[in-house]
Amino acid sequence: MPINTTQVPAHAGARGHSASASLQSWLPRLVLAPSVAISLFFVYGFMIWTFVLSLTNSRMLPSYHFVGFGQYARLMANERWWVAASNLAIFGGLFIAICLVIGAGLAILLDQRIRQEGTLRTLYLYPMALSFIVTGVVWKWLLNPGLGIQAMVRSWGFDNFTFDWLVQPEMAVYTLVIAAVWQASGFVMALFLAGLRGIDDEIIKAAQLDGASLPRIYRRVILPCLRPVVFSAVMILSHIAIKSFDLVVALTGGGPGYSSDLPATFMYAHAFTRAQIGLGSASAMLMLGGVLAILVPYLYSELRSKRDV
Amino acid sequence: MPARLRFPMLRLTCAAVATAAALTTTAVEAGEVEVLHWWTSGGEAEAVGTLRDLLEQEGHSWKDFAVAGGAGDSAMTVLKSRAMSGNPPSAAQINGPEIQEWGELGLLGNLDDVAQEGDWDELLPDVVANMMKYDGHYVAVPVNVHRVNWLWANPEVLADAGVEVPTTWDELFAAGEKLREAGYVPLAHGGQPWQDTTTFETVVLSLGGADFYRDAFVELDEDTLKSDTMIEALDTFKRLRELMDEGMPGRDWNLATKMVIDGQAAMQIMGDWAKGEFSAAGMEAGSDYVCAPVPGTDADFIFNIDSFAMFQLEDDRSAEAQKTLARLILEPDFQASFNKIKGSIPARPDLDMSDFDSCAQRSMEDFKAAQANDTLVPSVAHRMAMQSDVQGAFFDIITNYFNDESMTAEQASERLAQAASLAF
Amino acid sequence: MSDAMSRGQVIRRQTPAAKALRGLLYAVLIVAAVAYLMPLVVMLLTSIKPLAEITPGNLLALPRSPTVEPWAKAWGEACTGMRCEGVGGYFWNSFAIVIPAVIISTLVGALNGYALTKWRFKGSNLVFAMMLFGCFIPFQVVLLPMAQTLGWLGLASSRSGLVLVHVVFGIAFTTLFFRNFYVGIPDELVNAAKLDGAGFFRIFWRILLPVSAPIIVVSVIWQFTQIWNDFLFGVAFSGHDTQPVTVALNNLVNTSTGAKEYNVDMAAAMIAALPTLVVYVLAGKYFVRGLTAGSVKG
Repeated sequence: MPINTTQVPAHAGARGHSASASLQSWLPRLVLAPSVAISLFFVYGFMIWTFVLSLTNSRMLPSYHFVGFGQYARLMANERWWVAASNLAIFGGLFIAICLVIGAGLAILLDQRIRQEGTLRTLYLYPMALSFIVTGVVWKWLLNPGLGIQAMVRSWGFDNFTFDWLVQPEMAVYTLVIAAVWQASGFVMALFLAGLRGIDDEIIKAAQLDGASLPRIYRRVILPCLRPVVFSAVMILSHIAIKSFDLVVALTGGGPGYSSDLPATFMYAHAFTRAQIGLGSASAMLMLGGVLAILVPYLYSELRSKRDV
Repeated sequence: MPARLRFPMLRLTCAAVATAAALTTTAVEAGEVEVLHWWTSGGEAEAVGTLRDLLEQEGHSWKDFAVAGGAGDSAMTVLKSRAMSGNPPSAAQINGPEIQEWGELGLLGNLDDVAQEGDWDELLPDVVANMMKYDGHYVAVPVNVHRVNWLWANPEVLADAGVEVPTTWDELFAAGEKLREAGYVPLAHGGQPWQDTTTFETVVLSLGGADFYRDAFVELDEDTLKSDTMIEALDTFKRLRELMDEGMPGRDWNLATKMVIDGQAAMQIMGDWAKGEFSAAGMEAGSDYVCAPVPGTDADFIFNIDSFAMFQLEDDRSAEAQKTLARLILEPDFQASFNKIKGSIPARPDLDMSDFDSCAQRSMEDFKAAQANDTLVPSVAHRMAMQSDVQGAFFDIITNYFNDESMTAEQASERLAQAASLAF
Repeated sequence: MSDAMSRGQVIRRQTPAAKALRGLLYAVLIVAAVAYLMPLVVMLLTSIKPLAEITPGNLLALPRSPTVEPWAKAWGEACTGMRCEGVGGYFWNSFAIVIPAVIISTLVGALNGYALTKWRFKGSNLVFAMMLFGCFIPFQVVLLPMAQTLGWLGLASSRSGLVLVHVVFGIAFTTLFFRNFYVGIPDELVNAAKLDGAGFFRIFWRILLPVSAPIIVVSVIWQFTQIWNDFLFGVAFSGHDTQPVTVALNNLVNTSTGAKEYNVDMAAAMIAALPTLVVYVLAGKYFVRGLTAGSVKG
């Protein structure tokens, strides 16, 4: 807060009296204006457009025959939608939690003066560079009971080894978690590692002088300092979770049946392959609503407390 | 314009084609057609390549826009995106009732003059012709007719297990046991919604017959969908799971066919595009692999027709090229060469079939017979039977029922009826 | 790095138990590395095997007679549809889309972040929150309206259209990165320059930009991978000769007759992945360093 409050007068003082100074005070807004306009049009405008479509009976291409909230009622009665929505909760929750745990764990381990740290870090980080369009086939192989890990372990002599989640309707969604964690946890590790390196050593030394044990230092001193890292990580991970589309298409195709469907694939299937743009738009709006309900309070509290850093 | 110089000569070579002359009198300049399709695999691409060559011989140019993936899902997304941005391709692979949906949007062009020149009304069976028309006008051209209710088998595997090609479901299940004992997968299958539905629709046709099939899937009659026959079909369909392997979920159809080719599996229920895979592996119909109608569907024919819908174009030259394309598609040259590669039969039954393999010949005979006996029915799995929203709901129910052990046939039929009722 | 050194010294104790613990530490790290590597190793191994050697259950077996033929085929010969030109040509398409999009979105993000932190005005936080929300809009939602908009702008099926799309949906992230980075730069410097009469762009150019290297790296890497790996926009908004490499790869992988050429598929996948892999391997160090300086201070 202090910096923030002193800044405004300084700014006002610099305004001076000349025309160029007044232009200067408007410049920031001018610079931001295109981005704001773009986001108003391409994000919010399109959201409103989608909302309008969700009130229509649009089928193959948008039409403007309004049917009120009929599409939402149909969606509520659609079992596949509920499967998709609860899958997102399972997938998103597990994905974010596991990534944070693995990411933080690996970062703490890597922060112990490890030889070849650079190499290891790159190995953990590289999956983020790949898209599931690229790795989907391999993951499908690895998780396929007849081709991949199960077949391999069995060929080593463990005949009873079973790992067939990909083909179990109630387990398929967890294979999505595995592949997604593989992709993103290294990135979270990088964030945490960066955070650990950013912590002032004085704090730790002070804690050590107080006789605190190592785990205690991590729990009580270091992890709380990493709160902003957790924030960034959660933002990026939830962004990935919500948009997981390639992953589902490449790995399970939503199957078996539609047991591993996510809202993104549900929406795509209905809006684009089933000529039900109205219903697809309604599902997109609910998806957005869900995201808002979770993110806005979080964003608000985090941005508020960090406003004056 | 070298293409234009070549033009008169080629017209002579093409003189055999009666309709060509009439149309080319107006074709003053070469145009370009952009064709959106999802025929990307080797055989399919080769098949459609013959069309490009024919078009280029007429002096027009072909812009190939192939989008693979999801049995046309990606291609349809591209098409919608193109239509929204106001620049649709000249021609796009659009099948079945979707032609009507595009027609309703007013985006398709009128092919009546080409149709009249070519006498399409005479050439095409009514079932096919009606599908190509919107509001009484031709807007699309059929490329081929696929038969869906085929059972493909590897005779060596069958012989090794000591079984014959089954002609009833009981025989199939009995054969399945023997094949299992001999160490084979009795039925190769890929657990994708459309493949599940392909299998299911053949069972329904087998147990209920053509009229029942039509009542259920075309008329969407709720009582039919809830009937005992439907429940029996659902039960039989689920029992087929016993004959499949555990690695099936998500498997592509051609990988399932490969299992039959490699002798890992004995049989597969699949449309006649599977033949392309057998041919690519150098196998001969009748000896290296056998085709038979799915048990109990000898006299019936589930069809899947591929077609190109033509979009309205502003540019005259492109429109001219587009009409040339439409004409070429139905000409004997293309129909014969394309369908031999693709595994299907020509969309016009008047062609000589002696060059085709035994499966295609049988398919054509059955097609004509089914047409005469009114046992020709549209495929649900290939979006021939109903509007895409109902079909999508059916896919969901069928595939979920097939994969969910706790769901009963009664529940599934109840839900099919419910989905059908929401259609109106 | 000196932080790490000193903390390591503070924390490390040389007891036998600690040594055993250290062994365990390395074991855990190496096992994790192997797990992370597995898919890439399978891809690489498969891509240099002749087709006959690819059988179920031996994904990790070494090739008996390695070959580069699948790579050559994937680059220049593999067919999709009637075009047998591999993914090579599309590779350059991707560059033609990615490079301008990355440059523009990074530049805009930098200016935005600067304006939002050093020239705060009433509502600037609201503007930031509003733009941030753009990160979370599911892209499927924007496909159709975007198609219509591109049509209006006359950019349908063009590379410029794709660049526009990627810039539009990329600036939310770049703004986030730069804003978080610039928040950590002392305002005193900027305020002093303002009192000296330096203008908006001059301060940006002279004071902010010279210290921005770490976050520029982060932004460029992030944008580069996001745009390079994009499939959805690529397939929906590209034309017949403007398709990016991911679309070509998807066409190739989903195209098969007879024996599926897994080795060619994998080689094509590796080719499509190479630029982003190279960027991560070469610039990964700076990436982590940039994150230290940036996002963490969120």
